Amino acid sequence: MSETLKKSNSRSLWQDAWKRLFKNKASVISLIYIVGIILVAIFADVIAPFSYETQSPQDRLLFPNTTYLMGTDILGRDLFSRVIYGTRMSMSVGIIIAFCSLIVGTIYGSLSGYVGGRLDNILMRIVDILYTFPSLLLIILIRVIFGPGLFGIFFALTIVEWVSVSRIVRGQILQVKEMAYVEAARAVGVRHQTIIARHILPNILGPIIVTLTFEIPAAILSESFLSFIGLGLQPPFSSWGSLANDGFQAFKSYPYLIFFPGMAIFLTVLAFNLLGDGLRDALDPKLKNT
Amino acid sequence: MLLFILKRLFISIPVIFILATLTFCIMRVTPGGPFDKDKAIPPEIKANIEAKYHLDKPTFINTPAFYKKKWIHVLTETQYFYYMKGLAQGDLGPSYKYLGRSVTDIILDSLPVSVELGFYAALILAAYKHNTWIDNAAMFTAISGITLPSFLVAALLIYIFSIKMAWLPAGLWDGGWEYKILPTIALGLRPVAIIARLMRTSMLDVIKADYVRTARAKGLNEVWVILKHVVKNSLIPVITISGPLLAGIITGSFVIEHVFAIPGIAKHFILAVTNRDYTLIMGVTLVYAVLLIIANILVDVFYALVDPRIKLS
Repeated sequence: MSETLKKSNSRSLWQDAWKRLFKNKASVISLIYIVGIILVAIFADVIAPFSYETQSPQDRLLFPNTTYLMGTDILGRDLFSRVIYGTRMSMSVGIIIAFCSLIVGTIYGSLSGYVGGRLDNILMRIVDILYTFPSLLLIILIRVIFGPGLFGIFFALTIVEWVSVSRIVRGQILQVKEMAYVEAARAVGVRHQTIIARHILPNILGPIIVTLTFEIPAAILSESFLSFIGLGLQPPFSSWGSLANDGFQAFKSYPYLIFFPGMAIFLTVLAFNLLGDGLRDALDPKLKNT
Repeated sequence: MLLFILKRLFISIPVIFILATLTFCIMRVTPGGPFDKDKAIPPEIKANIEAKYHLDKPTFINTPAFYKKKWIHVLTETQYFYYMKGLAQGDLGPSYKYLGRSVTDIILDSLPVSVELGFYAALILAAYKHNTWIDNAAMFTAISGITLPSFLVAALLIYIFSIKMAWLPAGLWDGGWEYKILPTIALGLRPVAIIARLMRTSMLDVIKADYVRTARAKGLNEVWVILKHVVKNSLIPVITISGPLLAGIITGSFVIEHVFAIPGIAKHFILAVTNRDYTLIMGVTLVYAVLLIIANILVDVFYALVDPRIKLS
């Protein structure tokens, strides 16, 4: 008897969340799209019909056709293949930067929220200043120091993105910190690191995952803006943003050159945002009802 | 109120000072100087140019002066001191690249254009938010507006309205109103979309509040209920986010000015970065910082006007 009762009640928070997420059509479609785009990024070499740098001078500036699905650019390179390879670049920029800012932001935010007091005040003032500073200006300044290159982009974007993560983590920690189980852990003499790692972080994992899904598109967008004004990735690397920039030079006569990379950015950012909305509702159903 | 504004302005002075110092440091640790690319310059002339702009002086501490026991010169005969002295007098220094033009000149030339663009964008922002809370279709537009990169919006607008329809010019900023429409929409769409979405959630919250039910129960006219009780109270979260949004409009103008070839401040900044035009970079950064500080003060003041519970202090 008690055995069956236990079984029927054994759905965890995460199983519940999955169930709720799968009821949300927009989120499911977004999730499928995102998994698809990650596979495209991984298997870019297999999928792309041409190399991203093969130039065929006789096929310059062709509109989309059966050979060149998205047309060719001014040097006769296949735009479809370039967008596929751009996926790899844009997605890895997005994911790496999101994870870096997640780590930095979580450590900073936990420190600030958990220790509290004067340290919290100082740390949060720094965050406030960074938050109101125009991010693109900051990114460009940092790019100047590191010069062109991948590292500069990762560093600059992480500096900008971690700020919002740290705010969210701090807010969550302030709430959880006052819970009875944290007090109990403290009362039996658990060390601070263990309290944060074992008792607090697992309980704010939900909001952190939601933040992550919103950070990835933000990073992709920032990178594309940077590349678009020519301060992002430099050749031979190309991302959706730099493809859009290339396309922009001639888009008045050949609009497909900017349309396809632009759509790739738009759809991916949209999918991540919808998935993030769905995850938030799924992990915290109270939020939706109010 | 006036006292509050003055106080806030006074507090911002050290912030600007720290920012100026920071930018100064960043620029100086960067490899490459403003005259490095011009290889043709003979060393004597280069030395002369550098002397003119005080670039021959040490950055922060003048050690030769220290050995000569000229104590004051240790700190004053430095690049940092000369820059700060000029700054205190409101002089942002000469541009290293646009010879003969001061940074203040260049910024004053281009800033009004950028501010004007941002101002128009802020105007549609204010006009849009009224009827959005009912309309579901508006929400789809809003989500697209948030996720569409603004350069794509700009390209689409140019393609439809300048190339296909030939109604509006595709770029430049020649004074006529027709030049302002497309850049304004492209820049304003994202903040409008964010505000529309936030306003909607906020209004849906407020509409269920007890005081709204009370207002209806005592027979107030529906328009009055919405305007006085719902809109005013739902504005609070919107105002909170308008600070970062203003910052977004300011930096967003970088991309839009690039797309529409508008001679605004962004163009100079990008050029200055690639040219290592130290003074121009710092000038632009500082001007933006001041703009943002003013914008944030305005946001706080507006906050207090809408919500009397918040005291300015």
